[in-house]
Amino acid sequence: MARIDLDHIRHSYLPHPKREENFALKEVHHSWEDGGAYALLGPSGCGKTTLLNIISGLLIPTEGRILFDGKDVTTLAPEARNIAQVFQFPVVYDTMSVFDNLAFPLRNRGMRPAEVTKKVTEIMEMLELAEMAKRKASGLTADMKQKISLGRGLVRSDVNAILFDEPLTVIDPHMKWQLRSQLKLLHDRFAHTMVYVTHDQTEALTFADTVVVMYEGEIVQIGTPEELFERPRHTFVGYFIGSPGMNVMPVKLDGASARIGEQTIALADAPSPKPGARTELGIRPEYVRLGTEGMPVSITKVEDVGRRKIVHAALDGSDIAVIVGEHDPIPGDPHISFEPAGINIYADDWAIVSGAAQS
Amino acid sequence: MNKTWNNGAWFMVLPVLLIVALNAVVPLMTVVNYSVQETFGDNLFFFEGARWFRDVLASERFHASLGRQFVFTGIILAIEIPLGVAIALAMPRGGIWASVCLVLMALPLLIPWNVVGAMWNIFALPDIGLLGYGLNWLGFDYNFTRQPLSAWFTVVLMDVWHWTSLVVLLAYAGLRSIDDSYYQAARIDGASRWAVFRFIQLPKLKHVLTIAFLLRFMDSFMIYTEPFVLTGGGPGNTTTFLSIDLVKAALGEFNLGIAAAMSLIYFLMTLLVCWLFYTLMMQGSEKS
Repeated sequence: MARIDLDHIRHSYLPHPKREENFALKEVHHSWEDGGAYALLGPSGCGKTTLLNIISGLLIPTEGRILFDGKDVTTLAPEARNIAQVFQFPVVYDTMSVFDNLAFPLRNRGMRPAEVTKKVTEIMEMLELAEMAKRKASGLTADMKQKISLGRGLVRSDVNAILFDEPLTVIDPHMKWQLRSQLKLLHDRFAHTMVYVTHDQTEALTFADTVVVMYEGEIVQIGTPEELFERPRHTFVGYFIGSPGMNVMPVKLDGASARIGEQTIALADAPSPKPGARTELGIRPEYVRLGTEGMPVSITKVEDVGRRKIVHAALDGSDIAVIVGEHDPIPGDPHISFEPAGINIYADDWAIVSGAAQS
Repeated sequence: MNKTWNNGAWFMVLPVLLIVALNAVVPLMTVVNYSVQETFGDNLFFFEGARWFRDVLASERFHASLGRQFVFTGIILAIEIPLGVAIALAMPRGGIWASVCLVLMALPLLIPWNVVGAMWNIFALPDIGLLGYGLNWLGFDYNFTRQPLSAWFTVVLMDVWHWTSLVVLLAYAGLRSIDDSYYQAARIDGASRWAVFRFIQLPKLKHVLTIAFLLRFMDSFMIYTEPFVLTGGGPGNTTTFLSIDLVKAALGEFNLGIAAAMSLIYFLMTLLVCWLFYTLMMQGSEKS
């Protein structure tokens, strides 16, 4: 168990990166606290796996340093870093039994047989693999193989950190919940530092205490699930988290008010963006009220998603999603208003004012 | 579920059946025909039953060439399979050098058998050949036309030179198909280089190595041209393998009955070994 510091890490897969676009990972400077459960959330190709492989040592970053408890491990090989990693697709040693698969990382490190048996048995019981201990790993289903991969990641109790690279992709949905809660349980019990890469917001928000959102090779926000929801620091976080994502519309700023076409919205503060910056207003569908007062809109579509309805309304050319209750009436002369607490102002995609300023 | 049966479909198979009959079954049947009859001039045939088979199976000459055949095949398999895998493991995984290696490896495979035999004959001549002269210069008493050991050494070396590439190419293709995440997982698990080979690479190579083994077994078991051109089966009969012996019996001595019986026994042996080996190797994978 260790605290992991990423000191100004940059990585490029090209031998001689010249421009900013050449970097798969742009400047990452961040610390993973000892014993934290982190989720690394972002779309495919945003650099999550690159970052993970840099932590585990499968990749050496082009620039920057990695420190485990203050010790520089940047150039150390994975086996020397004492890290466990579980990959997206199951990796099993075909010729070995399930038991031997789980015992492999322990035996490689010269653990005594009695100790190996104790440790492996414990993990196998936790993952409900006990009854197939003696079976060959090659003939099992993808689910089972991934459980074995997970098991090999969890079996070492002295690791600095356990890294998960979208480990539940191939697992059946009903088993996903079960495995995720088992991982959470394990974290509570052994307090390993865990980093969990995913592009699924539900997975990230339920697993982690702290979610790190990545976009195009950089970290755009680090926060609790609540912070990510309430105060997206970047328009991408707004889009990516929440269902549907945040409404973002271009606005003109004028002192302490924002203008959308003919409409004027009062803000808590007078934001001061850089001159020439592209300014936008973001508000989650949960904070938009549909009624007979406010800004006139025309409704384009109503989606019924069970317990609630998503109303799509056009406001001066922008499409705005509104969440209303299952039985709430939709007025014939629809107007919308924004709850001040939910208003965020962005300049060139980065937040400059959040509704928080008001409260 | 009711399926409609239409036996008319069998007519579709007829052309294939005819072709197979013409190019495989009919020639084979003439051999069978010879193997049960005594032949004289003027196309006189007398039925002899299983006599030639009994004679061949009891003949010391057959035992000797069969023994030489198994020793030869055993030696070259024991050298070519591990050597081929070792070379494949040592080859670069990508880039320009991988292509260079592949082309160099493929070269010997493109040379016709009799050319290989002639090349090695000249190469190994003790008075003018680079290999023969060189070995003698180094102090080895080497003359493949006179010493059985030298002859065997040359024949084996020639086969290894000619055919190890086949194993290399197959093993290389097999190694390339292993996903990177296996190696990454092995590094995370702290596996040694040997453990990576033993638990990842070797199991994943099982199928291509089965193919390589079968191809090399069949091919070396039926080897004729290269040793014939190189040593002519000599000195004495020391490098007379089964097919050389067979040709001697059929065309040299004109013992058609014996040669036909020998051909059939030879054919059945090759078939049997291949079938046994394939069945044994594939048994494990079918279960899973």
